[in-house]
Amino acid sequence: MVSSLSKWYEKRSIKIAPYLFIAPNIILFLTFMVIPIFFTFYISFQQWGMFGKPSFIGLENYSRMFGDKVFWISLRNTVYYTAGTVPFSAALGLIGALMLNQKVPLRAIFRTIFFAPVVVSLVAAGLIWSWMFNPNYGLFNEILSKFGVHGVDWLSSSTWAMPAVILTTLWVRIGYCLVIYLAGLQAVPDSLYEAADMDGANGWQKFWRITLPTIKPTTTFILVMEIIHGFMVFDLVFTMTKGGPGYSTTVIVQYIYQKAFTEGEMGYASAIGTFFFFLVMILTLVQMRLGREKQ
Amino acid sequence: MSDNKALLAKEGKLDVSQPLSLPRLSPKKIKTTVIFLVLCGMAFLFLLPFIWMLSTALKTPAEVTAKDTHIIPDKLMWSNFSDALHAAPFAGYVGNSLIVSILAVILTVFINCLAGYAFAKYKFRGRNLLFLMILSTLIIPVQITMIPNFYILKYLGWINSYAGLIVPRAAEAFGLFLARQYIMNIPDSLIEAARIDGASEFKIFRKVILPNIKPLIAVLVIFTFMWRWNELAWPLIAVSEQSMYTVQLGLAMLKGEHFINWTQLMSLTLLSVIPILIVFLIFQRYFIKGMVGSGMKE
Repeated sequence: MVSSLSKWYEKRSIKIAPYLFIAPNIILFLTFMVIPIFFTFYISFQQWGMFGKPSFIGLENYSRMFGDKVFWISLRNTVYYTAGTVPFSAALGLIGALMLNQKVPLRAIFRTIFFAPVVVSLVAAGLIWSWMFNPNYGLFNEILSKFGVHGVDWLSSSTWAMPAVILTTLWVRIGYCLVIYLAGLQAVPDSLYEAADMDGANGWQKFWRITLPTIKPTTTFILVMEIIHGFMVFDLVFTMTKGGPGYSTTVIVQYIYQKAFTEGEMGYASAIGTFFFFLVMILTLVQMRLGREKQ
Repeated sequence: MSDNKALLAKEGKLDVSQPLSLPRLSPKKIKTTVIFLVLCGMAFLFLLPFIWMLSTALKTPAEVTAKDTHIIPDKLMWSNFSDALHAAPFAGYVGNSLIVSILAVILTVFINCLAGYAFAKYKFRGRNLLFLMILSTLIIPVQITMIPNFYILKYLGWINSYAGLIVPRAAEAFGLFLARQYIMNIPDSLIEAARIDGASEFKIFRKVILPNIKPLIAVLVIFTFMWRWNELAWPLIAVSEQSMYTVQLGLAMLKGEHFINWTQLMSLTLLSVIPILIVFLIFQRYFIKGMVGSGMKE
């Protein structure tokens, strides 16, 4: 009797335990991730200020969005930022990884130095580089002047503010790509290179014919991560330019933030948020599909 | 070297038609040297912003705005740090960030390991579906949940509270994913043996699982600490009172304030960066492992 009871208890607890174990996580996910997403869709059909009651206005927020010049500017800036950062951080990360994959002295120290900006907060990076880009006392223009180039007031120029933010991003992201590529390169089997050596292939051929195809999954992964990362840029822009001068560095996430929390247009901001949600989803799915097909 | 070569050639001692064979400079050595030098140059460029921050933090304000820009300060102004701490309630921000980061680490690591264990070692209805749901949040931009979350925090009365800064961000899909992958490698026999000994399910977690996942815990602790310490967007919506500012929020708000100058701002930036750099230097191995070996995210 006693043993069957304890067996019953044991069986039951095995059945219940996993649900109890995942409960805290699931509750938090539902409350702060899943519900908010549907809530965002819902608010996007409402006219809703910071205070007061929401009222249903159908697709009006969306039609307003498509006619909103600043929305299109922020979309264009987001694409500009992503296109200006991703290819370079990936390519320079790969070049750095190829160099560190050789038998050079102090490899561990180099890796530490290149990776250090990755762990620093984007606010700190933004502040350091804002000061680097200071037109009068900054180091950046000082270095340029050594080469006879007269620097500009980077962050106050609607032409140059975005390149300045992009340069800062490269400082932060190259180390990340480098470390991921380094792991990918170390997985390339030596036998492939030895075979190529026998065939008399030169370094360049080995890179294009062996290295690059073998690390393709790494490249796909880096591109997916970096493009998503680029689309979600917020901290750096918020710290360095607040989207200015004018709207020259306003990106989507920051425009959503500004509409919602500075101007209190929750409904309209949610419509942009919903659009952004589907944009990122589609982008991710397309990239994953492309990455899979090419393998 | 080329001078030498020219000299030797002149004296007729060097046969130019033969390939030059200098014993120590094989093409491989030359290649390594070139790569090493390029890496040195790159490393210098990567370090320069850090050096510039340090240099500015230790200069007098007058020296910062002097005509000739130079890296090494004339006189090291250690008092800049205390001045900066007086100019802004930065010590309070650091306190808030420490409380938030440490409590968040404890909560996040605990619930992630617990849930990771459940997903790895139990069979239950809805397991795959729930796991897939959690995993899918990895590719959902957190930023689009800003607006509803603001209202949820308001509804819970958590605006300007530690709870609001800590709890909503505790369920970290990345951590849960990592925990599940890691715990799957623990042999079932260990768990079964404990179960036969009559250990309760939670006791198995405590006595069998936890002691076996120390490297996982190290990775989770480091990453969670880094994310919470470095975060800006969430505190920005969860906090409006200055007394509740975190380090990053405080720094971002200080920029452009008239009462703060660049020496002070760089001093504070330096102070904000030091804890994370120290953690990084000590636990580098785990940082890189965590980034490489998982479905990493920002």
